[in-house]
Amino acid sequence: MLNHSPLWKKLMVLFIVCVGALYAMPNLYGEDPAVQISGLRGVETTASTLDSVKATLTEQQIDFSSIALEDGQVLVKFSDTEQQLKARDELDSTLGDDYSVALNLTPATPDWLADIGGTPMKFGLDLRGGVSFTMEVNMNEAELKAQEGMIGDFRSDLRKEKIRYRSVKKQDNGVVISFRNIEDIDNAESLLKKRYRDLLFADNEDEMTLSVTMTEQKLKEIREYALQQNITIIRNRVNELGVAEPLVQRQGQKNIIIELPGVQDTAKAKEILNATATIEFRMLDSEGDLNSAINGRVPANSQLLYDRNGRPSLVKKRVMLTGDHIVDAGSSFDEYSRPQVNITLDSPGASKWSNATKENVGKPMVTVFIEYKPTERKDSEGNTIFEKNEEIIQIATIQGRLGKSFRITGIDSQSEAHNLALLLRAGALIAPIQIVEERTVGPSLGAENVELGLQAIVGGFALVFIFMLIYYRAFGIVANMALLANLVLIVGVMSMIPGATLTLPGMAGIVLTVGMAVDANVLIFERIREELRSGKSVQQSIHQGYDAAFSTILDANITTLIAAIILFAVGTGPIKGFAVTLSIGIITSMFTAIIGTRTIVNSVWGGKRLDKLSI
Amino acid sequence: MQLLKLKETVDFMRFRKVAVIFSALLMIAAFASFAVNKLNFGLDFTGGTLIEVGYEKAADLNEIRQVMESAGFEGAVVQHYGSSRDVVIRLAVQDDVKAEMLGNQILTLLQDSSGQTLDMRRIEFVGSSVGDELTEQGGLAMLTALICILVYVAFRFEWRFALGSVIALFHDVILTLGLFSVLGLEFDLTVLAAILAVIGYSLNDTIVVSDRIRENFRKVREGGPMEIINISLTQTLSRTFITSITTLLVLAALFFQGGALIHGFATALLFGVFIGTYSSIYVASSIALALGISKEDLIPEVIEKEGADQDVLMP
Repeated sequence: MLNHSPLWKKLMVLFIVCVGALYAMPNLYGEDPAVQISGLRGVETTASTLDSVKATLTEQQIDFSSIALEDGQVLVKFSDTEQQLKARDELDSTLGDDYSVALNLTPATPDWLADIGGTPMKFGLDLRGGVSFTMEVNMNEAELKAQEGMIGDFRSDLRKEKIRYRSVKKQDNGVVISFRNIEDIDNAESLLKKRYRDLLFADNEDEMTLSVTMTEQKLKEIREYALQQNITIIRNRVNELGVAEPLVQRQGQKNIIIELPGVQDTAKAKEILNATATIEFRMLDSEGDLNSAINGRVPANSQLLYDRNGRPSLVKKRVMLTGDHIVDAGSSFDEYSRPQVNITLDSPGASKWSNATKENVGKPMVTVFIEYKPTERKDSEGNTIFEKNEEIIQIATIQGRLGKSFRITGIDSQSEAHNLALLLRAGALIAPIQIVEERTVGPSLGAENVELGLQAIVGGFALVFIFMLIYYRAFGIVANMALLANLVLIVGVMSMIPGATLTLPGMAGIVLTVGMAVDANVLIFERIREELRSGKSVQQSIHQGYDAAFSTILDANITTLIAAIILFAVGTGPIKGFAVTLSIGIITSMFTAIIGTRTIVNSVWGGKRLDKLSI
Repeated sequence: MQLLKLKETVDFMRFRKVAVIFSALLMIAAFASFAVNKLNFGLDFTGGTLIEVGYEKAADLNEIRQVMESAGFEGAVVQHYGSSRDVVIRLAVQDDVKAEMLGNQILTLLQDSSGQTLDMRRIEFVGSSVGDELTEQGGLAMLTALICILVYVAFRFEWRFALGSVIALFHDVILTLGLFSVLGLEFDLTVLAAILAVIGYSLNDTIVVSDRIRENFRKVREGGPMEIINISLTQTLSRTFITSITTLLVLAALFFQGGALIHGFATALLFGVFIGTYSSIYVASSIALALGISKEDLIPEVIEKEGADQDVLMP
């Protein structure tokens, strides 16, 4: 029988549309005001944090609708913004500097929906307001630093092996070492070749030089490392801002994108991102009198510093080593399976460190965390004055003379070791960063964009609806059902895909898809009309119409899909946002137009003896 | 309801010489405008700083210009944006100033001088190097897209159609850019996205027409290529119109309701859909015809299968 859809096909269409609708549903519920609490500088949010937050809120009689510990953050939801703001202020003052308390909006999705993975669409910054920065990592500096490292390494290697050299100088992508005789060149070459397998060596016996260049692979590694390192540092700094749901992401070869939703004070954000935090190693002043120091009589060469728990110690002012020399840090376990932090220094740092520790074996050494925080005060030129904060993070006894790599032991827990390593790594920037792009969208503009975008979608939809109804009558209703299902599916899929973000150009993409989605229906309906005009029976016409239009729809949509996918792959920002909704829209409209409408048409008109068709 | 009632085949191809001249003239005009007016590249491409603020009352642009100038921001472009209360200020890239701090400085300046509470709507700062990268990337994106389309269409149809549709795309993109150049409209990232959408739309249209031409070459026995193209264009005309109308309807909604930020986007698309519809009728098929498309090119070689002429025994 012509135009009969099997039951499974009907059920499949129904099922897909229902699933789409189910996952589109969270968008209807809106958002609840919430407060998000996360630890700073290696402090972890634990069940005890949760308890103290609960205690504070109960004590201050602030009503909250739910509280939970998720992904290392405490999330408290409220029924209104008044309670939310009150809670933020209270928690900010009771929890202190170790926690950031950020205002947030969390989806008000009911639990059963959230349990099956239902989340609302994520809005881009242009729709919810906030600031986004693009920071460029200065790769020249990173390479320069690597070159300097090579110079230091080579010098100390050659000196140790008693190979005499004239000079070690920088050159393109590497260094050049000059010697006095050929024998030295050969010795040096064989020695260095063995130690540095990722470098290329070329001797020039006429000029008595050995040039060493970094391979493409090595250069790539250096750049990659600089980028990753800076991302880690920026992540740490962004946490200090107390922003809900920040995003720090690499883009391309040298850029880092930072998105801070809801941030209004961009000046402060910029200052913190540019702020420097570092580490210093100093000796503990064990001779000085701690008690009299607390009372104000600090010895001239020392300084009174406190650790995280407020315990005071007297620390020598002289800095043995700064964090700039730390090339790498990681946590592991020592031979008694106690946590430790492994540190690697660059060459100038290593020789300095070796001399400094030799004189102080058996004495306690202090690791100081230094941070420059912007203040409200400004100097005469309008620049913000930074305040230097120093905090003791570790006191350990020097066990012996330390070299390029050493370890810090005596750490309480593995997580503390992990965090310390993170801090050490995050302390110094491998290469300087610079803001190359900044976009701030005020909350009023964001809200306006949402409103106008929605209006355009609804308006465009209404116009198309009316037009299709008038033009195709009963089949117009079918087309409109498909259009509606299409919109529901786009929203559903956008909500389901974790990475998809709705932006203003994305909304425009939906509007355009609506216009174009109609095309598939128009193609089919016009074909049916054509067949009817040529004198075929109603059932024949429907069948032929769908059949003939199928390959056209497929070709047209696949070519557009190719374009959309390429745009997604190479594009950034608005182009990507547009490409996402367009590609999803093409796929869903193909489904609704070809399979969806066919099923409806077959169920209503299929398998009957009809003389006329309302088309 | 029926908008077009065509009893006979329209002889579209009779006007193809006129269309070629028309298109050529438009293209020349577009290129002339690129040379004279250039494209008014927006912040995304040129770099610089842009601040959009909302005033409580209607803002006096001259006063703002004076305030800016006396504070040392020379060459600032001050304009209304959308309404008389919204003002947008643009500054070119300045080497000596720490540009990323500029936005907040100007905001404070305007707030102090006007005595009103300003609504900071957006601040954008783009470094000068970013624009170059973007132009390169955008160009690359478009080129890759075109090549992939060329390959797909050549594979699915025939190289003459592929070339025809890609030239039609070029035609549409250049004319849309030409419009922006002539009217001096700002060309920013959203407009670039719109141009890419025009490519998508125009492509869709061209493929539908090419598909029908291919089908008719196989089906219609009599008539030369020209007639077959005319028949195909006539058959698809109604669909071409209806789809254009519905798309233009939603774009009109976007144009009038979408707000100032999306205006350039909507303008580019409205024009692009017009041009795309025209080019799918005239440009793509004229080119395929000029390149000598014939029946033999599209009829697949029939491979005689054993027993193919026998009736099917089992349905």
